[in-house]
Amino acid sequence: MNFTLRIELRLTLRAVLRLLKGQLTIALFGCLAAMPVSFGAERIVVGSKVFTESHILGEIAAQRLESAGFAVERKLGLGGTLISYQALKVGELDVYPEYTGTLVRAVFKKQELSQEALEQALRVDGLILQEQLGFNNSYAVAVPSAVAQSRDLKRISDLRTHSDLRFGFTHEFINRADGWPALQSRYGLPQTAVGIEHALAYRAMASGDLDGTDAYTTDGELAFYDLVLLEDDRDLFPRYDAAFLTRQDLPPSAMAALKPLAGLIDEKAMQALNRKVASDGQAPAQVARRFLEEHDLASPSDSYDPSSAAALAKKVLGHTLTHLRLTFAAVFLGCALALPLALAVSRNERWSSAIQYFAGLVQTIPALALLALMIPLFGLGERTAIAALFLYSLLPIVRNTIAGLAGVDPLLRDVAASLGMTPRQQLIKVELPLAMPTIMAGIKTAAVISIGTATLAAFVGAGGLGEPILTGISLNDNRVILQGAIPAALLALITEFAFSRLSRSMVPAHLRRRR
Amino acid sequence: MHQEPEDNLQSEAPLRLNAVSKRFVNDWVLEDISISFRANVTTALVGESGCGKSTLLKLCNGLHRPDRGSVSLFSTPIDYDSLPRLRQRIGYAVQGNGLFPHLTAGDNITIAANLAGWERATIQARVQELLLLVQLDPGLLDRYPHELSGGQQQRVGLSRALMLRPSLLLLDEPFAAIDPLTRLEIHEQLISALRSEPATVLLVTHDMREALKLSDEIVFMKDGAVHGQYATEQLLAEYAGREPELLLRHELADSGL
Repeated sequence: MNFTLRIELRLTLRAVLRLLKGQLTIALFGCLAAMPVSFGAERIVVGSKVFTESHILGEIAAQRLESAGFAVERKLGLGGTLISYQALKVGELDVYPEYTGTLVRAVFKKQELSQEALEQALRVDGLILQEQLGFNNSYAVAVPSAVAQSRDLKRISDLRTHSDLRFGFTHEFINRADGWPALQSRYGLPQTAVGIEHALAYRAMASGDLDGTDAYTTDGELAFYDLVLLEDDRDLFPRYDAAFLTRQDLPPSAMAALKPLAGLIDEKAMQALNRKVASDGQAPAQVARRFLEEHDLASPSDSYDPSSAAALAKKVLGHTLTHLRLTFAAVFLGCALALPLALAVSRNERWSSAIQYFAGLVQTIPALALLALMIPLFGLGERTAIAALFLYSLLPIVRNTIAGLAGVDPLLRDVAASLGMTPRQQLIKVELPLAMPTIMAGIKTAAVISIGTATLAAFVGAGGLGEPILTGISLNDNRVILQGAIPAALLALITEFAFSRLSRSMVPAHLRRRR
Repeated sequence: MHQEPEDNLQSEAPLRLNAVSKRFVNDWVLEDISISFRANVTTALVGESGCGKSTLLKLCNGLHRPDRGSVSLFSTPIDYDSLPRLRQRIGYAVQGNGLFPHLTAGDNITIAANLAGWERATIQARVQELLLLVQLDPGLLDRYPHELSGGQQQRVGLSRALMLRPSLLLLDEPFAAIDPLTRLEIHEQLISALRSEPATVLLVTHDMREALKLSDEIVFMKDGAVHGQYATEQLLAEYAGREPELLLRHELADSGL
């Protein structure tokens, strides 16, 4: 009776084990690699936000610290003030560049704070703002010079009579109290605005699809895109003096290493640095290095590593592996929770809809918000990203498993029971095999969603293919974007293909041909 | 007009319903049914669609639980906590798609025996017996249900129901979806199978000819109630030469509610 044994083995053991074993190895590998490398004495983690200037300043700090003999870990390009500040507060970061106005308004939610009050507030969080770097990067409204000329726009108050202008502001600007809402009410502006990523806003203005956006006074791309800044004639924007924000427990020698940078960079210097990256396409590391060399602040032993084809391939491969690790760990954990959960509740209508409702709720949380919520729990890095991706993977797996089991022909359930099968045997021998195509489709959906969403993992310093994508967007460099986008698309395709092969071995051929 | 038992081997009926009522949501599908079925007798349950005959069948192996009254199997009330063990003594075959599509014909036939822990050799020998009994080509065992004709599927379904040598066989319109010629063949095979392996059979059908041909007794059902239980021979004698369908209509109209 070998056909009986054969089919049982094929269905329930070999394929399932193969699936589990494959994912288990990768997941274990992923968990191990996700552990922070915490040994090595004087290790300093330098962060930055996702825009060019923050990148450059982060690099400058990192290279200064390296030349002072510290081992530096870079977590550059984090997703916004909330994530960076939170990370610094909990000790996932030691230093990142910040602006006084941002701290006062976005972090402490105040209109105005004296220098002393600000320092006091930071002290409570265990942080110190180092000496100011020498420039004020305030907000400004930028419009294409052609538009400025044709409409005769010089000051922000001139905008009031041009209600047809289309504005797109960065999401942070549009939402923070001192951003668009304040601008609109202070000047009585009639326009509505959409949220758009900063670099994309510049492109949209270049193509004539947008007439204005928020910009920084030190923006190096203003000249490149032929944009003019409108005068803040009603003094809305506060000062945004740049300085390195560090933890109080940063070693004194590290603070000393940052000290020579105080007052060294004025608006013009910062615009020039920004331009080199944003318009000339130089790497932030290289620009930072040149800057430090010009001021005799670079250590002679440092050598800049030019990007060769081999180095590039290695980098892309590294990002891809990280990406895979994040995705597989998340989907594996998702399966580990969602499958048993769905099996357990599938017979109970109230519980199944409750579970599906919860999983659906998680799905509606925006990825960035979910990542920010995870930081206090898991810190910066892969564990936070995996936790968020794991939560996203629950819905498709839970929903498809429940739907797959519910879709089993009631007649076949009756027959299975009538043959004397126990509920467990009915599940394993009949219901699961028949539901398998739907369940596999759910896991596949989870995996593909995961691969897409994992590009946001770079916002929390988890790396992966999002790193070149986000860096490329903030540096306005398509080549860098493609280094992430192409492998990510390939991964999604390969996943589709791999799953169709896997389903073939898990499901008897006839089931796929039927109906 | 009840027929006296011819072969009174067992004094206790293997299957008995005591004042059973069954409802779905608020509709009573069966109301206050008391009936017993005698050992090794084939009883046909006939009636129009929706009369409750399939529901009655499902009460007999615990797929449904009565809302009132009780069902006794093998002279004890059904213990709903040990249904799997009980069901190993009950064969069950249904119309059309009752075969598991993801298992080969062979696996469909043997799955219950495998789960019951039968020896491989025993299973193999039993399958050979069944193949002869239902006239099924052994070469078809490796095929999947969708690769078989309707008649072949039905033979596989019948073999599966007979696999564990059940003493009670429940058949829910098993031959409804096959062509008339094949149906005649399978009728003959069922009759010969029951001759060599006697069992108490409950056959749900709406086909009066099939009922007259296969059964020893016929139970007429209408609107969730039993309308009468007659010896088939007696009915044949009374209605000789008339259309069986007319017989059904006549019986049900006779003492209608």
